[in-house]
Amino acid sequence: MLSGIYGLLSASFFVAMDAVDVAFTEASVGAGISTLLMFLAITMTERRDHSVRHKPWLALIVVVVTGALLIYGTLDMPYFGSADAPIHVHVAPRYINDSMQEIGVINLVTSVLGSYRAFDTFGEVVVIFTAGVGVLALLSVSRRPENDAKIDALNVSMHEQHLILRIVIKILIPFILLFALYVQFHGDYGPGGGFQAGVIFAAAVILYSMLFGLSTARRVINQPFTQFIAALGVLLYGSVGVVSLLNGGNFFDYNVLSDDPVAGQHLGILLIEAGVGLTVASVMIIIFFNFQGRKEYGQGQAKGDV
Amino acid sequence: MFLGLYNYWIVVVLMMIGFYIVIAHGNLIKKLVGLTIFQTSVFIFYISMAKVNGGTAPIVGDGIEIYSNPLPHVLILTAIVVGIATTALGLALTVRIKEAYGSIEEEEIQKKDNSTC
Repeated sequence: MLSGIYGLLSASFFVAMDAVDVAFTEASVGAGISTLLMFLAITMTERRDHSVRHKPWLALIVVVVTGALLIYGTLDMPYFGSADAPIHVHVAPRYINDSMQEIGVINLVTSVLGSYRAFDTFGEVVVIFTAGVGVLALLSVSRRPENDAKIDALNVSMHEQHLILRIVIKILIPFILLFALYVQFHGDYGPGGGFQAGVIFAAAVILYSMLFGLSTARRVINQPFTQFIAALGVLLYGSVGVVSLLNGGNFFDYNVLSDDPVAGQHLGILLIEAGVGLTVASVMIIIFFNFQGRKEYGQGQAKGDV
Repeated sequence: MFLGLYNYWIVVVLMMIGFYIVIAHGNLIKKLVGLTIFQTSVFIFYISMAKVNGGTAPIVGDGIEIYSNPLPHVLILTAIVVGIATTALGLALTVRIKEAYGSIEEEEIQKKDNSTC
């Protein structure tokens, strides 16, 4: 719970720092999904805390000394908010002044993310994909044939338990999905883009599977399909780079994608954002499904032993 | 005199809280929580560097002259999503460790390792 508040707090901090795109991401990730994953992991391991701190004093000394050295290091740093700090005079002026002519996307963050530094972003997407593969390898369980009657019975009993919640969520989910798509395609003009949209989309699916049970959610969104989509997103992103390579430009040089360089840039950014959105959404869904699946599997086994 | 540097001090304090949790606690989940706090402090570091006095969010509009630096925003926005993916991987490892050892306390795991060798 605290970590959710922490996420929300840092999101509002980022708004105060004029970083609306970052705030958006942090709000959806920090306040939503990361808290949820922590909860799941804690219930799967142990709730009771009997942790022995080893040598707290030694640790405290190390921390204080490191902190003091770091603070000493900051004395040479530029002041907060000063416009002539080294960071603002290197490549940033080019992004701010020229990107309207070169790329024509109003949101500078999107143009830097999608075009100037597309290669970095590609790396990030591959990292997310790899993490998804890792979670899959660690936590996936072979599924037993599902007993439909049992699921239906569970469904009915849950229906009585969380009636109001379920009906409200049922109404909300289409709007959340719609909002995710809006964020996805409006990323050029306002805060938003593939990363945020992917997380919001995944949040809707996760909400659904929390209230209606994992097996119901798996019947709606089947997991092999999600895995396929995760790979497809990376493939889409990478192939945009290859296509621009084949058309005679550099890797991720979108100018050659269309006759008009600016239109080419728009097309390129749209495509790679779509790739990012697909991968992020499906990796988040895969992560949640596997955690939840492992948990239910563990509970089933525990019952079998008794 | 040095008050203009307060943003870095907040970052350092947060970072050290995270660092302390990572080295002082034996519980693997708590270590991961510490890492998350450490990570957030780095995010705040980047974002506060990007801020320019009197600047606005980097979305082009009429009559706006000063924007904050978009580059750190890009780096951090991707880093947040990557961060949650890697945290999930860490939690997955913890869950498997719990299944294999029956504990997520560092010392108990070490004890079991030593006794089997």
